[in-house]
Amino acid sequence: MNFFALLGRAFLKFIYDSGGIFLFFFKTLFYTFSPPYRIKLFIKQMEFIGVKSWLVVSLTALFSGMVTAYQVNHALAKFGGQSVLGGVVALTLTRELGPVLTAIMVVARAGSAITAEIGSMRITEQIDALKIMAVNPIQYLMVPRLWASVIVVPLLTGMADIIGIAGGYGVAVFLLNIDPGILLARMEDMVELIDILSGILKSIFFGAFLVTVCGYKGYNASGGAEGVGRATTEAVVISSVGILISDYILTTIFF
Amino acid sequence: MIEIKGLRKSFNGLEVLKGVNLTIPADKITFIMGQSGTGKSVLIKHIVGLIKPDSGEIWFEGKDLTKLSERELQKVRRKIGFLFQEGALFDSMTVGENVAFPLIEHFKLSKKEIAEKVRELLSAVELLEFKDKYPSELSGGMKKRAALARTLALQPQVVLFDEPTTGLDPILQITILDLIKGLKERYHLTCVIISHDVTLAFKFADYIAFLHQGIILKEGTPEEIKESSDPFVQKFIKSALI
Repeated sequence: MNFFALLGRAFLKFIYDSGGIFLFFFKTLFYTFSPPYRIKLFIKQMEFIGVKSWLVVSLTALFSGMVTAYQVNHALAKFGGQSVLGGVVALTLTRELGPVLTAIMVVARAGSAITAEIGSMRITEQIDALKIMAVNPIQYLMVPRLWASVIVVPLLTGMADIIGIAGGYGVAVFLLNIDPGILLARMEDMVELIDILSGILKSIFFGAFLVTVCGYKGYNASGGAEGVGRATTEAVVISSVGILISDYILTTIFF
Repeated sequence: MIEIKGLRKSFNGLEVLKGVNLTIPADKITFIMGQSGTGKSVLIKHIVGLIKPDSGEIWFEGKDLTKLSERELQKVRRKIGFLFQEGALFDSMTVGENVAFPLIEHFKLSKKEIAEKVRELLSAVELLEFKDKYPSELSGGMKKRAALARTLALQPQVVLFDEPTTGLDPILQITILDLIKGLKERYHLTCVIISHDVTLAFKFADYIAFLHQGIILKEGTPEEIKESSDPFVQKFIKSALI
């Protein structure tokens, strides 16, 4: 097959998947308002996506904050600007690293599991069984997951911001011997409410995006166990790349 | 009871159903027979709207099911149960929870009433002592019986069975079909069974339809089928009875 045929096929698949993901999202939104309201499943999903991700998100945020402080200090030291270290670390975390890394870690831990679970339900006809029992599969499987993700991903992001800043503070104060008073004062000067809010708004978008992509890929899985594996890989790749691309677009919109 | 008219369906250019016409009689056990890969499962999945036809009609209670919206189909699906080949039990739930699922979804019952109903249904399929087991802990035959209990929970009028005996030993095959026959009498069900086992069909069927090359080649009572002069039907019967 020649290069252009491959390119064309990839482009068509992109268009097909994009349309499918949009429709899947709007169907999930639509079924949100039709009863029954599955509160128990919603809480269970909040636990699965949120509570069970806190450790991996905390570790990622802690070390990202620490390494950011270390690297930024190295750059700032070249022109004696170390006094703004606290502000730079806090801005990096609240605006970018907090929401993006949290979302990517949630994709890796919970998103992949969502694709695998829904995908294996698809190939073992459990989704068809839901339909046969007059239960709408998107309403049953996706509505609780969408809203759980939209709520817990921003909460995890807020937690990641705090832990990351604490990690950066620890490195700056105890390892790089920067005065904690100056560090905190610059942080207060430089970080504004919009910086924190923009990060949280991004994370709401990421929460909806990642769960929709992962759910969609699982829901449309085919080809046995191998197909579920392929769907899971595609879900993680599309979600992660999509998060990074949309992060850039959202940043240009916010600032 | 269910009337299928001129049903056609193609997959990737390959026409599987080429104008199926079939009337499924009420309160009877109808066997749909044919070689593997002739589209028997595809045919019954059309009845519950899991597959949409390219053309044709399926009439049930005065409605053409092929024209119904997903919401309207949901109402019909409460009356037409479907037993998947592998059972399609929810593997995250126990057998008892699987059977309780449709009851919780569709009936306003107390926990006690649901527990009683689950006990009754699991007793009917002789699986009561496996109530707290997960599907992965059950054998193939047990999974099918558990799935049958879950299907019956919605009190359907019609149950479609997708190869309920495939993969089971001869004794279990008879056990499952005896069970289906008993449940059919008890709950006044119309049963449609996909099978390619002629011996079982002659023993249990009230009505038999042969699907071959995308159409219903021959239909009738077991006696009429036995006496059919159609060469394919005769070949099918003889090869099974060797």
